[in-house]
Amino acid sequence: MHVHFLDPYRPGYSPVHALDARIKLVLTLAFILTAALTPAGAWPVYILLLALALGVEILSELGVGYVLKRAVLAFPFVLAALPVVFTLPGKPLFSLMLGPWALTATQPGVERFVSIALKSWVSVQAAIVLASTTEFPDLLMAMRALRIPRLLVSIFGLMWRYLFVLADEVIRLMRARISRSGEADRADLKPGGSVIWRARITGGMAGSLFLRAFERSDRIYMAMLARGYDGEARSEPLQRLSSASWVTLALGMLLLSSLLVFALLFWA
Amino acid sequence: MLLANFFAPEPMHIPDGFLSVTVSVILWIVSIAVIAYALRRVHEDLGERQVPLMGVLAAAIFAGQMLNFTVAGGTSGHLMGAAIATILLGPWAAILVLTTVVGVQALVFQDGGLLALGANIFNMGVIGVAVSYFVYQTIQRLAGERRWGVFVGGFLAAWASIVIASLAVGLQLALSGTSPANIAIPAMGGVHMLIGIGEGLITVGALALLNATRPDLLKADKERAAGGAAVWVGGLLIALVLAIISPLASSHPDGLEWVAEQKGFLDIARGPVYEIIPDYVFPGISNEAVATIVAGIVGTIIVFAIALVVAYSRRNRASVKN
Repeated sequence: MHVHFLDPYRPGYSPVHALDARIKLVLTLAFILTAALTPAGAWPVYILLLALALGVEILSELGVGYVLKRAVLAFPFVLAALPVVFTLPGKPLFSLMLGPWALTATQPGVERFVSIALKSWVSVQAAIVLASTTEFPDLLMAMRALRIPRLLVSIFGLMWRYLFVLADEVIRLMRARISRSGEADRADLKPGGSVIWRARITGGMAGSLFLRAFERSDRIYMAMLARGYDGEARSEPLQRLSSASWVTLALGMLLLSSLLVFALLFWA
Repeated sequence: MLLANFFAPEPMHIPDGFLSVTVSVILWIVSIAVIAYALRRVHEDLGERQVPLMGVLAAAIFAGQMLNFTVAGGTSGHLMGAAIATILLGPWAAILVLTTVVGVQALVFQDGGLLALGANIFNMGVIGVAVSYFVYQTIQRLAGERRWGVFVGGFLAAWASIVIASLAVGLQLALSGTSPANIAIPAMGGVHMLIGIGEGLITVGALALLNATRPDLLKADKERAAGGAAVWVGGLLIALVLAIISPLASSHPDGLEWVAEQKGFLDIARGPVYEIIPDYVFPGISNEAVATIVAGIVGTIIVFAIALVVAYSRRNRASVKN
């Protein structure tokens, strides 16, 4: 089994796919920042942000269902914000009895919780659209355009190049373990050995993975030297942005900043 | 099954929307400063070897997070990797490796947010590495040349890095007004005290294998440790500050306010029957917090003193030999 399908990039010819990665990265970050700065309880703005995200999803031809399904993955963290429903002071809404404790939900508490959940939901959708419509090399190019140090960008690039190789290696290690020591994928069956034993075996696998990574990095280094590598990360010069890209960027920023002004004027 | 685990969001990666913009921006600035310094340091140490080594090891840590073992009833333990990266590569290179791992997780797999990425790099990269380094180096010095230092040090470094980083996550959530301090910090800390045991055991397993096959990899860090005094002090300070702030923040003042409020609502809702509970929970909580802080400080000072004494005596012995 190969893990190439791990790559969330979905090829396509939509306008969102075609948009320059630099513009996409900047607009995604601006969108997430706008969501973060929107005050709690500014419901119309949240609905507009959601509509914007859904609009881009439809435009990207990824399918709204695909994005929403992936967006659920980030959902469990919402639990961390749940207590705020009961702890913010304000007008009590309803009470829950948990043994000796009475939990009283307040209006500002519920508002803050729903706002956090919405912010997180629209932000993760924007990030999914970015990752699903942009190939990783284009993301690297966008990072370079954002003045992230070249060395760091090269490390990112090399990591991406070998991530799938090493993930395959991990899958082989795990298949070997399953075939030898037995692993129960049903909760009611007991897997082999004690917990400590299992942890140590897993540690041994991690150790051998690192060993192989060390040795592989040596070979890669030799191969790079043999091809004239001298420590300098060279890359093609960045292409100039087309005027259509600039217009998209300007319109996007204008839209997001007017949403933000609207939110801050009426709800701050 | 494997892939489901690979994608499972971890409680350590904060998504967007959960941190206030102020907290996010401050932690971005801190992380960028640390990364910039680490890039320079690693370039001096490794030169042109830096890119292949860091890149492949970041891939290995990322892929290594897929390795898991069944604990009980469908739950499983797996690796975050800050401690093992620090032990194998030294602190500066480990910071870069974890930055790359956390960065790709956020950028491509939505494991953690983009605006929150600065905070996630800070928690897992900077705090995870500094605390691992401090704990591992201290225990190594205490153990001298004996092998148990590698294993005990590895286990404790892995455990402490997870727990302290999780306290930081709880504190950031509380500072952002996302979760009350008296719930977020104990909950994060408590869960990760258990998760940390799994991390520690895997780390020891990995170190045992490396110790048997390539002991030179484990020795190599002694040479790099020379420039690591700042990281050691940084790890000590981070551990100390978080160990003090967390119980404080979780008991005063939000905690008190919260209980007081609940008591108020409780009075309205249920009458005086349950009043006795908040009444005797109060002093218990604050005493416990004070006790934890005192124990934390005393413990840190003792470890610090022992480490200094051992380091001095070893240096004297070395100079006598010469």
